[in-house]
Amino acid sequence: MKLEKIRRLIRDASQFAEEAYNAPFRSAVARARREQDDLFMLLIFSEMMGVPNPASYYTLELQPIMLEKFHDWHKRMGMPHSPLDQFKCC
Amino acid sequence: MNAIFLMLMGLGAMALGYFVYSKFICQKIFKVDPNFVTPAHEMSDGVDYVPTNKYVLWGHHFTSVAGAAPIIGPAIAVIWGWVPAFLWVTLGTIFFAGVHDAGAIWASNRNKAKSIGAVTGDIIGSRARSIFMIVIFLVLLMVNAVFAVVIAKQLINFPSATIPVWGAIVVALIVGQLIYRRLINLLVVSIVGVVALYGMIYIGPMMPISLPETIGALSDNEAWIILLFVYAAIASLLPVWMLLQPRDYINGIQLFIGLGLLYGAVIISGPEVVAPAFNTDVPAGTPSIVPLLFVTIACGAISGFHGLVASGTTSKQLDKEPDLRFVGYFGAIGEGSLALAAIIATTAGFATLADWQSVYHAFGQGGVGAFIRGGANILESGLGLDETMAQTLLTVMVVLFAGTTMDTGLRLQRYIFQEWGSIYNMPWMNKGSVATLLAVGSCLLLAFGAGGDGSGGLLIWPLFGTTNQLLGGLTLLVITVMLVKLGRPMIYTLAPLVFLLVMTIAGLVIQLKGFYVKEDWFLFTLDLVVLIAAIVITLECVATLTSTIKERKAAEAKE
Repeated sequence: MKLEKIRRLIRDASQFAEEAYNAPFRSAVARARREQDDLFMLLIFSEMMGVPNPASYYTLELQPIMLEKFHDWHKRMGMPHSPLDQFKCC
Repeated sequence: MNAIFLMLMGLGAMALGYFVYSKFICQKIFKVDPNFVTPAHEMSDGVDYVPTNKYVLWGHHFTSVAGAAPIIGPAIAVIWGWVPAFLWVTLGTIFFAGVHDAGAIWASNRNKAKSIGAVTGDIIGSRARSIFMIVIFLVLLMVNAVFAVVIAKQLINFPSATIPVWGAIVVALIVGQLIYRRLINLLVVSIVGVVALYGMIYIGPMMPISLPETIGALSDNEAWIILLFVYAAIASLLPVWMLLQPRDYINGIQLFIGLGLLYGAVIISGPEVVAPAFNTDVPAGTPSIVPLLFVTIACGAISGFHGLVASGTTSKQLDKEPDLRFVGYFGAIGEGSLALAAIIATTAGFATLADWQSVYHAFGQGGVGAFIRGGANILESGLGLDETMAQTLLTVMVVLFAGTTMDTGLRLQRYIFQEWGSIYNMPWMNKGSVATLLAVGSCLLLAFGAGGDGSGGLLIWPLFGTTNQLLGGLTLLVITVMLVKLGRPMIYTLAPLVFLLVMTIAGLVIQLKGFYVKEDWFLFTLDLVVLIAAIVITLECVATLTSTIKERKAAEAKE
């Protein structure tokens, strides 16, 4: 019974610490991650944009998975519609 | 008088402020509404807008606003005696800082959690917004320059702190990797990190490290300043999770430990306050207490910088509107208690009045050095720590605060340069490295322009205070205008606003004369820029308030 209580206390404390560690930097970390993702997006679609990519055979498979994110991406990059003729999302 | 009494009086008054005055302000003036849907819920996106537990949010808010500034200001200002500094810190915290900080969160919260600069643009006008940007830039510039000078001075005075101060960076880097790669549980990491830091504080006095007195054409002080900026530039370019995040986290823990140790030692040893209540025998060259006291102690009594934190990040994470009382007002009280600790350390930490006078032999002397020496004496008699070790501990505490503020400040300055780059269509300025170089360059220019040997670095401290107060004034103006529009009493924010503007302008004029007499044209120009900003802000205040009050009256007459 007591052991259970201590365990719960530790779990609560570490949740609290986790929150205290992450809350202040949530947006900065997310922004940095988004920047990395944007680069990744560029790599995947590079062939379509005329940039030769030796791995395009593999990245082609990823394109459908990225469809949803692609829409957010081109909007974020200041293009109201998809810039690619073959790849329409909106 | 005994320092325990001083401590109880200060903390008691602040507690009263929290339980009575803040309740009145939040319920009757801001009329916080538990049913109001805060932007954290309305625009919840899991990134910027996240409803956060109020204790976590308070911890975050408090540790971001508390830094070296509430220590430096009071440590300089006790030269006029302990009573004026004590009164300004307690009353300032209760009637100025608490209202300002909670008000900034409220104003931002009611305006879709926009930053206070953007709210200024919406409510007052685009001209006020541009001034806001300039004032923010100046505040950041001065903070970085002053803190570099302060850190360099402490590293020279207390070489035993060199290892823990730089070692803390290594610890933070390791902690950052461990957490990012999810190698160990955060709770374990925090304990290990703090233990490692204190281990180095223990080792530091055994291996004091100082730079040679001259390195090429540079003195040791100049070399430290340059090294610090090299560090800050690199740190501000690294991803936040790598260094800044773990560093901030450990600093936060260290802040609570440091405050606890200091107040604990005061209670155990009960030192006598040796400094005079009112110093009638101030050293020659000390400026008049009014208005200089009110700009020398900025953070700890009221600080405009808090408004930036309150509106920038805190308001986006506010779970329920009534939480802002705890987060904002109690955050200000946390900062006030740090300033109070600094007052006690610098007035009760010396054995005799003569000792105190030999430290405070000229204006601008004493400062952080006096806090470290005095605080270490209290820690020694209260907790039985070795004197050098106690000094190392406090030096590390101050330097870590100042250091984190420097890399955050430099990062923010870089963002401002990058923003200017995109506004004025200069793509080269948009590059991270170029913008960082510009930021570092402008800080170095100020640090060395204000006195290359570093001794003059603290000359800009009161100037920093004025700029910071101006920022606070702008925020108070925004809150006041909002209150007038809602038809609520404005006296609770207008009175601090008027007081701040009068003291700031008077302080600027006096310093302007001082720089003119000393023929320090660099600081003269800087002072002039701030003075112009202050006058423009005052005019904006008068114009906006009169027109808002007129509109309000016309609307009431119609009804």
